[in-house]
Amino acid sequence: MTQPTAPTTGGPLRGLLAVESPAVATAGVPLFAEALRGQAVAVTEADWQPPMEGTEANLGTVMADTRRAEANATAYARLTASTAELCDVKQAKDALGLERGTFLHAGPPIDWERASGPLRGAFIGAVLFEGLADTAEEAEKALAAGKFTFEPCHHRNAVGPMAGVVSPSMWMYGLRDEVHDAWSWCSLNEGLGKVLRYGAYGPEVVDRLHWMTDVLGPILQQSVRATGPFDIKSILAQMLQMGDEGHNRNRAGSLMLLRELLPGMITADASSTDIAEAVRFSGANEHFFLNLGMPACKLATMAAHGIPGSSLVTTLARNGTDFGIRVSGTGDEWFTGPANTPEGLFLGDYGPEDANPDIGDSAITETAGIGGFAMAAAPAIVKFVGGDVAFALRATQTMYEITMGEHPMYQVPILDFRGTPTGIDVVSVVRTGILPQINTGMAGRVAGTGQVGAGLVTPPAECFPAALAALAARV
Amino acid sequence: MSITHVDVRRGAYHDSVTLLQVSRTVADAEGVEAAQVAMATELNVEVLTGMGFDIPDGAGPNDLVLAVRGADDAGVAAGMAVAEAALAAKSVPSSGGFGDPPTPRTVGGALRAGGADLALISVPGRFATAEALDAIAAGASVMLFSDNVSVEDEILLKDAAADADVLVMGPDCGTAVIGGVALGFANVVEAGPIGMVAASGTGAQQLMCLLDAAGVGISHCLGVGGRDLKTAVGGRSTRQALAALAADPATTSIVVVSKPPDEAVLADLEEYAGGLGVPVRWATLGAGRPDLTSALEAVLRAEGRDVPQWPAWVASEDPEPGSVAGALRGLFCGGTLADDAMLIAAESLGDIRSNIPLRDDLALGSDLRDDGHLVIDFGDDGLTQGRAHPMIDPSLRMERIAAEAADPTCGVLLLDLVLGYGAHADPAGELADAITAARTAARDGGRVLPVVVSVTGTEGDPQGLTATCEALAAAGASVFLSNRDATRHALTFLGGTR
Repeated sequence: MTQPTAPTTGGPLRGLLAVESPAVATAGVPLFAEALRGQAVAVTEADWQPPMEGTEANLGTVMADTRRAEANATAYARLTASTAELCDVKQAKDALGLERGTFLHAGPPIDWERASGPLRGAFIGAVLFEGLADTAEEAEKALAAGKFTFEPCHHRNAVGPMAGVVSPSMWMYGLRDEVHDAWSWCSLNEGLGKVLRYGAYGPEVVDRLHWMTDVLGPILQQSVRATGPFDIKSILAQMLQMGDEGHNRNRAGSLMLLRELLPGMITADASSTDIAEAVRFSGANEHFFLNLGMPACKLATMAAHGIPGSSLVTTLARNGTDFGIRVSGTGDEWFTGPANTPEGLFLGDYGPEDANPDIGDSAITETAGIGGFAMAAAPAIVKFVGGDVAFALRATQTMYEITMGEHPMYQVPILDFRGTPTGIDVVSVVRTGILPQINTGMAGRVAGTGQVGAGLVTPPAECFPAALAALAARV
Repeated sequence: MSITHVDVRRGAYHDSVTLLQVSRTVADAEGVEAAQVAMATELNVEVLTGMGFDIPDGAGPNDLVLAVRGADDAGVAAGMAVAEAALAAKSVPSSGGFGDPPTPRTVGGALRAGGADLALISVPGRFATAEALDAIAAGASVMLFSDNVSVEDEILLKDAAADADVLVMGPDCGTAVIGGVALGFANVVEAGPIGMVAASGTGAQQLMCLLDAAGVGISHCLGVGGRDLKTAVGGRSTRQALAALAADPATTSIVVVSKPPDEAVLADLEEYAGGLGVPVRWATLGAGRPDLTSALEAVLRAEGRDVPQWPAWVASEDPEPGSVAGALRGLFCGGTLADDAMLIAAESLGDIRSNIPLRDDLALGSDLRDDGHLVIDFGDDGLTQGRAHPMIDPSLRMERIAAEAADPTCGVLLLDLVLGYGAHADPAGELADAITAARTAARDGGRVLPVVVSVTGTEGDPQGLTATCEALAAAGASVFLSNRDATRHALTFLGGTR
């Protein structure tokens, strides 16, 4: 947390008059900093720019809110104190009470009309998987006719990568925060390429979902119940020191997770062929861990949510059309804007024109202080998302400008084990104009395409002044 | 045939001092006749329009205007190229090295990055409250140079500061000296026993310079902002500053300097000061109260010090006393110096019109014109929106000096010039040229125009007191360190009481 600078000595004004040649921080006219340097005074000059347009009155109101300092301290303490242990694996209908005909999705609420290609594709695939339609055309028709119910994962304390579509039969990891007595859930990762979460819904996608439901889910459940719980937060802390950032690079984390799960998988009550395939599938997927890291981050931000007066961002999420944020002090209200399209590197022949706007709940990682915010810990990520190593270092260091503190467990070795920038403050974003840096995968624009690349993206700026205005209205 | 070109860049912010430097660079470019690069505040749009530039509707204070008039298309193109280059030079990326942290963007970030004791904030007024709250939250006292901050925000900031045991000096605080460090506009003076509390920047500078001339140094000068002794603010910062100085072992007595205060606030503060155990003396301007110089002389006598002969350079070619027909025209950069001069002059001249009038009915219109006696404060909020303070950017006052020279109703010009840190690096040259030009123009119009300058400065200042005064005297002006003496000298030409 941001701490007041320590009083230098006793006496009024924190001992200011007893300081010999006080050091000065300046914001504004450079001339004054120059005049101080001319007197050999130590000066730190802020690279000040006006805040986002039209926000000055709300900034004054929110920054003067006497609840804010303590509310933010509480929210931040809860965010970093939360634990995350993998305690169970269950089907969504049991874990979340998800009813047949209801589908969860990533990001803020949306209807079929406004849904993007990959989200539509994922809905079609899920309808086929649940046996609610026989053909893709039939599924699409039923979806367009409003026969099914859509709901954000976030509204059920769940998170879903990319399209994030969850149907009742899908298996989900259950993570528990012991300190705050909360659960969060996330579906199993399907691997890369043509997969549901990127909007693909061909037979191989639906077949894989059935195999995961019939074979993988029960084996994972047995493993976790027999040998769990497993401390996911501890794996996150370790993987950051092994070159992962927990959003778009999960290699070390996936191996560590597999190491934990293997004994229980091998001794599960299943055929050796099925166990071998489950182990091969899990080990071959370098994003195997993502679906554990996300609910771990969700638990942290859930703990920080709902504290009156707090300007801490607790949700960054996208549905492929809109980017939405939620803030601790404004409850369950979403502040949305049109999702940006990521910039980065493309698979095969795909190019920028093939990319869909930003999609997925995976920006929960950045919300909790990893992912793009921990990019300096994962210089190899630039091979995947574009940019150079200096960019990765700069990205993390820049995020300190908009966050409340440095994570006590998630550390960046190359920055001398400095904690990752954690706890996005709406006020800081609005004041500096610095937008959260998100590392992300890119889905194809057309339903059924799958992944086309990976890259970097930021939220639309307008979410933040809107959230600030809502905070100001509650003062 | 000249060519004008106006370019509006939406949302491109640069501070007014940077833009002043850019404007000057562009104006000096080959083939450029006139140029102004400025944020499109109401005032700047007016100035630009006055310069003959046509500013498109809808340009607002967040938009950058590049206006160039060239002798021909090539001149305009050259000017625009120079402007682009000068602006680009100002926006070099702050970092990019391997692992170098980026420059902090907020004052709170800068305080933490530098482990600083104190924040100096000079962002445009409407953004200043957020920055000041940030500094207070970081546990630092704030010198808030920014003006155009609402009185409600000022109270909010001062209450938050008192809760955090830090001081808000300002808003609109131009001068402070803490632990020997001069903040904003301040003069180079020796360390000494006098602590100052200043609800007035140039008033404080005038006092510290007179003290310096008397061989007495100061411990600290804590600014409180020009409205602190008004009813609404109720002396919030003054109380904190008095208590801090009373507890400071280096301070043996305190002087409070202020523009005309609210009587009830002053009475409360006098009572509060009486219980501090350290002598507190008052240089608070107002009708019937001593002017700055006289108040300072009383302080010196109370301290058992001699009152020296204040330095003066009196011009030899001026008209006989009482022989000038026109009116007093006081053109000031320092608001308190303007107040001080008005209070002194009003005793013999009666009503003086001003943009900071002693009575509401003496207010000047927005054109700032009148045939009678008038005093203008070019540092007032209304004349600094989107512009640098006249102590940095004297151009509006320079234009007015030229206008007065051509105006037969102008009998005597009374000017101030403030030296020290933060002020123009070489103000004497420009002002001396303007004085020479004004006197020449007046002579061409058949008048002898006496010019009197009140110079607030010390020998230790980067500009040098004697060098500055001699340059002005060489241009034909009479020059005084004491603002009172300068004002009284100007009045002699008008024949005193009438």
